[in-house]
Formats: sequence, C-alpha cells, structure tokens
Amino acid sequence: FCQLNPKVSAFQRRFVGEVRRCEEMEKTFTFLQQELRGAGRALGPCQENPRAPLAREALRVQEQSEQLAQELREVSRNRASLRGRLGDLRRYLHVLRQGQRFTSLPATPGSPARPRALSERERLLDPSLHQHLERKINFVAGVIHPWRVSAFERLLWRACRGYLVANFVEMPEPMEDPTTGESITWVIFLISYWGEQIGQKIRKISDCFHCHVYPYPESESSRADTMSGLHSQIQDLSVVLEETEQYLEQVLDKVVQVLPTWRVQVQKMKAIYLVLNQCSFDVTEKCLIAEVWCPVQDLTQVQDALRQGSYKSGSSVECFVQRIPTSESPPTLIRTNKFTAGFQSIVDAYGVASYQEVNPAPYAIITFPFIFAIMFGDVGHGLLMFLFALWMVLFENSPSLRQASNEIWQMFFEGRYLILLMGAFSIYTGFIYNECFSKATVIFPSAWSVATMANHSSWSSAYLATHPSLTLDPNVTGVFRGPYPFGIDPIWSLATNHLNFLNSFKMKMSVVLGIVHMGFGVLLGIFNHVHFGQWHRLVLELLPEMIFLLALFGYLVFLIFYKWIMFTTADSLVAPSILIHFIDMFLFTSNADNLPLYRGQVPVQMVLVVLALASVPVLLLGTPLYLRCRRRALRSGHPPPVAGGEQEPLLEGQEAGNSVNATKEDVESGGHGPDAEHLDMAEVLMHQAIHTIEYCLGCVSNTASYLRLWALSLAHARECPRTSRVCPRGLGRPSPSPPLSPELSEVLWTMVMRNGFVRLSYLGGLVLVPVFAAFAVLTVAILLVMEGLSAFLHALRLHWVEFQNKFYVGAGYKLCPFAFAPEAWE
Amino acid sequence: AMAYGGLAVPFIVMSVFWGVVGGVLPWLVPKGPNRGVINTMLVTCAVCCYLFWLIAILAQLNPLFGPQLSNETIWYLRYDWP
Repeated sequence: FCQLNPKVSAFQRRFVGEVRRCEEMEKTFTFLQQELRGAGRALGPCQENPRAPLAREALRVQEQSEQLAQELREVSRNRASLRGRLGDLRRYLHVLRQGQRFTSLPATPGSPARPRALSERERLLDPSLHQHLERKINFVAGVIHPWRVSAFERLLWRACRGYLVANFVEMPEPMEDPTTGESITWVIFLISYWGEQIGQKIRKISDCFHCHVYPYPESESSRADTMSGLHSQIQDLSVVLEETEQYLEQVLDKVVQVLPTWRVQVQKMKAIYLVLNQCSFDVTEKCLIAEVWCPVQDLTQVQDALRQGSYKSGSSVECFVQRIPTSESPPTLIRTNKFTAGFQSIVDAYGVASYQEVNPAPYAIITFPFIFAIMFGDVGHGLLMFLFALWMVLFENSPSLRQASNEIWQMFFEGRYLILLMGAFSIYTGFIYNECFSKATVIFPSAWSVATMANHSSWSSAYLATHPSLTLDPNVTGVFRGPYPFGIDPIWSLATNHLNFLNSFKMKMSVVLGIVHMGFGVLLGIFNHVHFGQWHRLVLELLPEMIFLLALFGYLVFLIFYKWIMFTTADSLVAPSILIHFIDMFLFTSNADNLPLYRGQVPVQMVLVVLALASVPVLLLGTPLYLRCRRRALRSGHPPPVAGGEQEPLLEGQEAGNSVNATKEDVESGGHGPDAEHLDMAEVLMHQAIHTIEYCLGCVSNTASYLRLWALSLAHARECPRTSRVCPRGLGRPSPSPPLSPELSEVLWTMVMRNGFVRLSYLGGLVLVPVFAAFAVLTVAILLVMEGLSAFLHALRLHWVEFQNKFYVGAGYKLCPFAFAPEAWE
Repeated sequence: AMAYGGLAVPFIVMSVFWGVVGGVLPWLVPKGPNRGVINTMLVTCAVCCYLFWLIAILAQLNPLFGPQLSNETIWYLRYDWP
C-alpha cells in the first residue's frame, strides 16, 4: 500500500478515532494480562483464527473488556483493604497478648525488661506504690519495625528522661507489612508512663517512627473483652476475605477465556485501520481510494477478492481495481518456497534485487554450498553436518523445533536446507581431498609404489636406518603408475613434503575456480542487458569485460591446464614457473632461466596483453559516447518528449468500470529535459569510469581473493591430527615444523588419544571410553562449529563481493504485502 | 592390484556420470513450478563437481616431484602396499 496522505499529520487522518479506540482496548488488555500474571495464571495462545470484527462487534468487545477490567479493579481493591484490616486486627491482638505479660505479672523479675528499669518498674507497677505515688500510669502500646527499635528506645529515653518504662518483645509470628508487602517480625512495645505531657511526646515520637499504636485498656477485664471482640472480628473478616478471593478467581477465569480471541481481533482491526489511514478520499467524500503495488499475475485474484468483499459487506456499489501508469520504480517480489527461501535471504541480505534484474539466488543454491565445501572438505565433518541438517529437515514441522525462543537456534533452523547442502558437498570434496576426520582413506590402491623405488635404489634396512627421510622419484619406472582415479592420492598424507604438493594443487584450484566463477558472473550480465533491451551494453560493456577477463586470466587458466597436461616427469628439472611467465607477460620482459611453455609463447602473450589493454578504453568510453550520439540524434530529429513523470494518485474523473489500462511506462526511458543533458553526460562518464576502474582492478584483486579457498582448506586440514606426525614425534625426531603454531588438536591427539591407546589393558579400554567421548565433543565443538562458521563467512564474502559485483545491482526494495500472519500476533 | 589405465578409465566414467546428471536428468524432471530451479541446480552441480574432480586428477597426472617419506613409513609401506 502506498501512502496517499503524506501531507496530513497523524492526528488528522480519517480513521484516527478508530485507531485510538483500538489502542485503548489494547491498554485494557494489557492491564488484564498483568493481573492474570500477578495471580500466577498463564494466558494460552489463541486457538482459532478469528476474523476482524465489524464496528458494532468491536463496540461490544470494548464494553465487555472495560467491564471486566472495572470489576477486577474493584475486587482487587476490596481484597487489599480487607487484608489490611485483617492485618491490623491481628497486630492489635498480638499487642494485647504480649502486653499482658508485662502488666499482669508484675512480680516476676525475669520478664524482658531492661535491668536499669527493673527497680523503677517494681516501684511503678506495684499497686501499693501506684497509690502511694498518686499518679496515674498510662500506657502506649503498639508495634514497630524491628530495625527502628534501638533508635526508638534511645530517643524515648533522651526525650522523656527516664520517666517511662519501655518494654519490647518480638512478635511470635511474622506478619505482612501493609506498605511493602514483605513479611517481617514486628516488635511489640509497651510504654508505661505518667504525666500528660510525656504522653503527648511519646505519641509524637511513635508517629515519627511509623509505629502502629493501639489503645491499651487499663484493667484486666476490659483487656479480655477487647481480645475476645478482636477474635470474632478476625474470624468474620477472614470469611469475607475468602469469599472475595473466590470471586476474584471467577473473574480471572472469565478473562482467561476471552482475552486471547479479543487480542487477535483488536490487533487485526488496528492493522486494518492503519492501512485505511493510508488511503485518500474521493472528492465526493463517498469512496475511498487506495494505491497499491500488485503483481501482475495476481491481478485477477485481487479482483475476485474485491468482489467477494463487497458482496459480504452487503454494499450496493462494487469495488474495482484499475492499473495506472507510474514512473516510480516498483518493488521486487521473488516467490520462494521453504527450500529456496534460505538461499534467497542470503542474497537479499546483501541487497534486494532491483526490479526485474536477474536473481543470483538459483545459482547460489549450488555454488554457495560448493564454495563452502572447498574450504571445509572433510568426509567425517561433512557427514556430521549433513546428519544434523537432515534431522532438522525431517522434524521441521514439530512445534518444539519451530517455536524455540533461542535466537541462535532459530538461525540454524532457518538455514537447515543450506546446511544440508553444505554438508553434502563437504562429503564430496572430502572424498576428493581424501580426508575423513583428517585421515586419508585408501579406496583405490595408491599410485605410488614404495617397493619399486626401494628395489630400484636398493634401499636396504641398513641404508634406511641411516637416512631418516627419502624421496620417491617419479622418473623411475614403476614408481608412479598413474593419477589416482578419485581425488588426492593417499600417500601424500604420509609424506613429509605433502604441503609442497597440496599448496600447488590448492592454489591453482582456487585460481581456476575463482576465474570460472567470475566469468560466470559476467555472463549473467547478458540476461540483464537482453531483458532491459540495452543491446549497446552487450557490445560496449560485456564484450570488453569478457575480453579483459579471458585474455589475462582465462589465459592463466589455460597455462595451468597446459602445464599439468604437457609437462611430464621427464621435464621435472626444467619445468617452467607459471607465475614468472605471468609476471613477465605484463612487464614485456623475459627470463632466460624460465623456459617457454610452448613455441611462440611470447608473441601470443603480447597479443593478449594488447587486446586486454585495448578493451579498457572501450569499456570506459563506449557507453557514454553511444548514449551521447543517440541523444543528439533524438534531439536533432524530433522535439523533446513531454516530461511525463508525474504520479496521478487520484482517479478523479475516471469512470467506474473494470477497465484495465495496459499503459505501463518503461522504467528506463524516463524523459530528461534538454537542459539537463550536460549534467547527465558528466554523470554517465563518471559512473562509467568508476565501473571500469572497479572492474579492471577488481579482476586482479578478486582473483587473488579466491586464494582464501586455498588458505581455509589448508587451515581446516591442519587443525586435525595426523598419524604421520604422531610417529615421528614419538621417536623424538623433529618433523619439518609448519609455519603455524602447534595446533590445539595435535596436542589433544598426542595427550589424549595416544595415552589411551598406549595403555593396552582392560583398564585402558575402560578409560578410553570417556576419553574418546571428550575427544569427540571437543572435535565437534571446536572444529565443526568454528571452522564451519568461518568457512561460511568467507563463502558469503566471495559471493557478495567477487561474484555479485560483476553483474548485480541490488538496489531494489521488497514488496511488503498486507497480511495477517498468525505467528506475528503473539 | 588394479592395473592403472592412466587417465582414460576414470575420465570416461566421471564424464559420463556428470554428463548424465547435467545433461540428461534435466529433461526427466517432471513439469511443475520448481522445474526451472531444479534444472539450474542439476546443471550447476554437475559443472562444479566435475570441474573439481578434473582439477584434482589433472594436478596429479604428471607429478614433477615425489613424496618424501620417513624411513619408518618406507619400512612399513614397502611390504604392506603393493
């Protein structure tokens, strides 16, 4: 939906009243929900999918909800006040009870009074003394917070100068503090004093300390009466409180039943009104006009829905839809199913495709897991990954998997198909790299024959003892019998110079695959140019780009394959270096020590470099010059076209009917006024210059960037332990140390597994079980997850930058249709 | 021990296999809304995997140097591997 009232503020929109009503209802709902939560009840999710209510239904919902809220508030208030009163009464009861200990047993010296006041108390409380002094003893009784007791005592003593007796005792049971609600053990105090002024002072002090003071009757009998009265009052109050709580429960039950449905209904209503606010009114104020983006394929569905809607609401006038021309760029809609959604989201994360641009996602479905697998290639790890993703896929409909609240888990779950493919491809590349949990598997017998070499060079046992490492020579007949049919020969995993071979292999592989990937990206641009009818770009941009790429880097690929095929072991001493040839090609020099790969290499290379360099100015100036010529031809031939890029939002003056105009302007050919021509030329030239520089430099740097495929696959392989390293280490002989620091896993291997294997006894076997478990867990945690994430990130970068910048613009925005999604309402 | 036929046998086997995956299977996919995506997937997969295998085998076709083994490995492999 497009926003048709941009100039009207949010408060003046037509349906703001309804929106406000919805929000009030939502506030009421939140209050009800809070009450429920306070009472410890949970609100279940809404089971059915209620439709949005009509206006009068909404009124009913509002009334009912407000009534419920009102009731709830009243009942809660009643309950709170009842409980307060109950607390009060009980405190009074306690005060009276405890106070009796002081006033009814005057002769016991063991009652809890301060020693200093003992003598005074005896004097005071002795009835004979009472009469003797002709003074009246008054009492102040109450309860005080236990933390304030000492301060209270001190103040009392200082203020009244000892003309009182204060007794403090703790309450036998803790009671609730009405203000804070927590349960504290109050301290009951009983102050006996004589004199009016002291009495007033005491009362003021106890006010300051927030004590609850209760009237303390003088005589014994009145105290007993008060106590029994209190008892009955407490009982009555408890009964009333119970009934109040029962009623509260009932109200809460009612709420629980209706609240979920109401919430969904009100949310739907609010969404609808918000959308309606975006529509504008016709001049006659009788109908509402909305402007929407709609996929052409779904146009008939929309018309059907409108027809149904008008029928159901019982109105006499039908709603209709009409296409209008616009020069705005439409949003992009790419329909995906649950399988392709994951891959599409990877592409969209970089940038949503511009309208009608070629979508790299279908190719990324395979190339992304493939490039990941090149860096992660290991059969065992790939199998683990594959099984994990398979479990997620097979159980994807179980609610426990779908509604997990852990965000990281959600990410993994969303990408389950992606992980599935990544695992599958990793198994394949693992077979080719011949790595299964970093051990080589011998599926086919190895192509290198140690026996032949040993016989040929007469390697006797004595000879071997003196020579710690020897090299197999492929020049000797029978030592090397042919290429290993599927993957890397397993003997390389036992060789100490395996890195020499693997580095060469993996670097060349990365470069070849990178150039193929990039070339594919450039070729995808063909689709774009053809679709938008920009034939000139096909000749003036794509062709120079391809020539540049192929002349330089395609030639490099050719050199790599040529050297692999044509140079046999016989030439191993004089084999030329491709890298030096490549550098010399650019510098137009030659190196005497580096033999040419084939006859006539130098002139061929010169031609290629010249061709590549010649394509650069074509790329730079071709399109701008062409556009300029075309504009000049247009300008001299015809009058400039009317600049018609205005949007016509309101269909005023249009007749009702189901006409569908098919006038849709081509997005490209927006008319430019003649006065803006010079500005355009500069802009186009600049844009093209940037594109040229980016492309040419990018070719070089991106090719090198693909070498990360080599780097990461090497890191992955070396993170895992190797048997060949364990044996030399055991003999104390230094193996050619790699430039990297000792791997964590090698330490793990030597300390954990070797120790387990060495103690070959029953006890050792038992010990091995938890040892292996620990090893397995560490493997999974560290290697799989860390390396997987790292390889994922690099594959993503290669796709986003190196691949997509050859053809992808990604400047579009997504179509966000108005939808009631049930998951969104919780 | 398998007689090594050089490059020929594996080359033919793999080329035929990935050729079938990339060239024949797309015709057999049933018509439906996903046909385009599935065909793209099949062809891309075939090209990627075949290329990867080809690079691996061509890199080992003419080795310019041999593996350097420790004497222990030689002792062991001399009699264990054919």
